[in-house]
Amino acid sequence: MQPPGPNHESASNGVATDQPPEPAQPVPPVRFSSAAAPNPVEAEALARAQAGDHQAFAQLYSLHKRRIYSLCLRMVGNIAEAEDLTQDAFLQLHRKIATFRGDSAFSTWLHRLAINVVLMHLRRKGLSVISLDEAMEPAPDDGPGRSFGATDLTLAGSIDRLALEQAITDLPAGYRLIFVLHDIEGYEHNEIASMLNCSIGNSKSQLHKARLKLRDALHRFPRREARP
Amino acid sequence: MTIDPKNMTCQEFQAHLPELIGSGENVANHPHLKDCELCRALLADLETIAEAARQLLPIAEPPDELWKQIESAIQREEAEPDPA
Repeated sequence: MQPPGPNHESASNGVATDQPPEPAQPVPPVRFSSAAAPNPVEAEALARAQAGDHQAFAQLYSLHKRRIYSLCLRMVGNIAEAEDLTQDAFLQLHRKIATFRGDSAFSTWLHRLAINVVLMHLRRKGLSVISLDEAMEPAPDDGPGRSFGATDLTLAGSIDRLALEQAITDLPAGYRLIFVLHDIEGYEHNEIASMLNCSIGNSKSQLHKARLKLRDALHRFPRREARP
Repeated sequence: MTIDPKNMTCQEFQAHLPELIGSGENVANHPHLKDCELCRALLADLETIAEAARQLLPIAEPPDELWKQIESAIQREEAEPDPA
């Protein structure tokens, strides 16, 4: 069975009131900034998949694979792990899909499910998801005493997307996790603190240091010549 | 001891920056920034990075073989007897 096309993403974001399946930690609902109308193709596939239709499940995979894989890849920064985690997330989805009640957008529910899969994987690996040492002890190159922001080094309001993606991949694991969850995925500090079992202050501190490291990395990235 | 915002050094301002940014208040109005070009540049860069991150889209497509692996795993699970 092949997942049917076309391969497009569901962009539906909404207010989540469903609890995600098997959360790693009790977490508050997710809020995203925009709400989209339900995708009728997805709604039909979802109903059929909940009734056990494998072809419909394959269709849900096609609709969401890119977003879930990208989320996993950004969170772990490793292609092989991201593939395994994407597989785990969709296996979890297959086991739990009948429990989805429709109180929230399906994409939001699936998104949180995938995050929980990644976090559980990181804990199993023994990686302290948030290394307090990493967060609280400034590295030699990111302390507040440094002279930041010489004007000839400002990013001038624009950032090369590929450079940013690479810089995110190169972040230490704890910084990357917080940055992805807050700045890319839109979670609030209190939500991240709950998910990662750390303090809100720690989440803020870690995010700040992640941004500082990204800034340094982006300043080192070769600038493209201005186009005429 | 509370530091007077008007008399903060760059080091003191930057030490407070995570909390200032995380509080949601308008950091650009902080008195230290009025006369500090370096810290203004720093803040502008951090805001630029956060804004660029918000605009990032899903980056990558999983390999085609991944679906076959998922499908096989589903079939194996369904073939297994229910542990309950």
